[in-house]
Amino acid sequence: MATVCAVIASTHHPFYLRASTATGADRPPFADEWMEKILRFRETLTRAKPDVLVMVGSDHFHQLWLDNMPQFLVGKAPFFDANYYNEEREFGLPRMTLRGDEGLAAHILRNGLDKNFDLAFSNELRIDHSITCPIITLRPEADLPIVPIYTNIFAPPMPQPRRFVELGRAIRELVESWPSDLRVAIIGTGHLSLELGGPRQFGPHGPDPDFDRRAVEWIATSNIDGCLAEVTLDSLHAPGNATHGFMDFMLMMGAAGENVTADHVDTLDLFHTMEAYFTWYPQGSGL
Amino acid sequence: MEAVSKYLLDKFLYTVDRDPELVERYRSDPEGTVAWWEAEMANRILSCHSGERSTWLAFSDDERRALREHDHVTLFEMGAHPFLTLTLFIAMFERDHGPLEYQRAYGAMMKHLTLPYPDITT
Repeated sequence: MATVCAVIASTHHPFYLRASTATGADRPPFADEWMEKILRFRETLTRAKPDVLVMVGSDHFHQLWLDNMPQFLVGKAPFFDANYYNEEREFGLPRMTLRGDEGLAAHILRNGLDKNFDLAFSNELRIDHSITCPIITLRPEADLPIVPIYTNIFAPPMPQPRRFVELGRAIRELVESWPSDLRVAIIGTGHLSLELGGPRQFGPHGPDPDFDRRAVEWIATSNIDGCLAEVTLDSLHAPGNATHGFMDFMLMMGAAGENVTADHVDTLDLFHTMEAYFTWYPQGSGL
Repeated sequence: MEAVSKYLLDKFLYTVDRDPELVERYRSDPEGTVAWWEAEMANRILSCHSGERSTWLAFSDDERRALREHDHVTLFEMGAHPFLTLTLFIAMFERDHGPLEYQRAYGAMMKHLTLPYPDITT
């Protein structure tokens, strides 16, 4: 069976590429520290020696639209083109093409459906920065096949936080039951407190540093019960109007396992939002 | 305020933001763009083959006015999706300002808003 060689959860900040490549007067004062943290984070994936990446993210109204909106969707295709005109325009993100692993995608779809997750699928999916940001930070060679899994953290009504945790657990089990000798890293990105298009956006820190502090603690210790006791679809409005992206971190806590302390934890307090990086090495990963 | 069709507001913001030519048209001629869009685009089913259209989608007067006036505060108050509004308005107006100046001014214009924010459920 396949080996889960790493479980990795991260924020996805679309400005990282521009900040880290800027020079001279254009280079922000926090760019060097940010790059150092990213290089350390990248090393946690590199040393896991992955062959395939399961990538959990969320479409930002690019290919998925309100006339046909899936809650959870698995991409099954030989290739995934990536990034959109408006991401090129606003963030300077490049066009990319990633290979897909159709065998693992088919395994996740068939057996996920049989575990009572009514997964939607796409055979032609153009992925966006929720998946390409962690490629840029963690695997800039973009040389490994992926299985993208999209969640709806964006367009209410959304699934309950508990369902994200359950899907994370299921993805872990599904990868572990894949008849393959390959090493698979499960990587997912979300947000801590975040405000977009409202009065609290683009402040000196994330909109709710207290929520961020508690969230980092929940994730670092994979304290699923503690997190579920406080986090609801309603409560996530309070830290910032785009904070439902935190549910993808909850999914990754499910994938990491209840009360499993992360092997790598790092944060960076930026304007507008806090960055956070977590890596777990499951038993059997050899790490 | 009349009944709000958040879905149609979102559809306008979504289709304009993702088309470079439409972003420029909406920036320079908001009234003409909104009128053209409502006549030609509002009833196009985006995920269907071309030629299939709905029959019932139209803006209310207040919605049309908010879009014509580039009034992002009213769009927020109507429950338009804030990510769509922000992304499109950055595309149209960030260029006229210094770094992050537009984003901060955009937020400052909403300082009077308190939780809970308007519901964005469609």
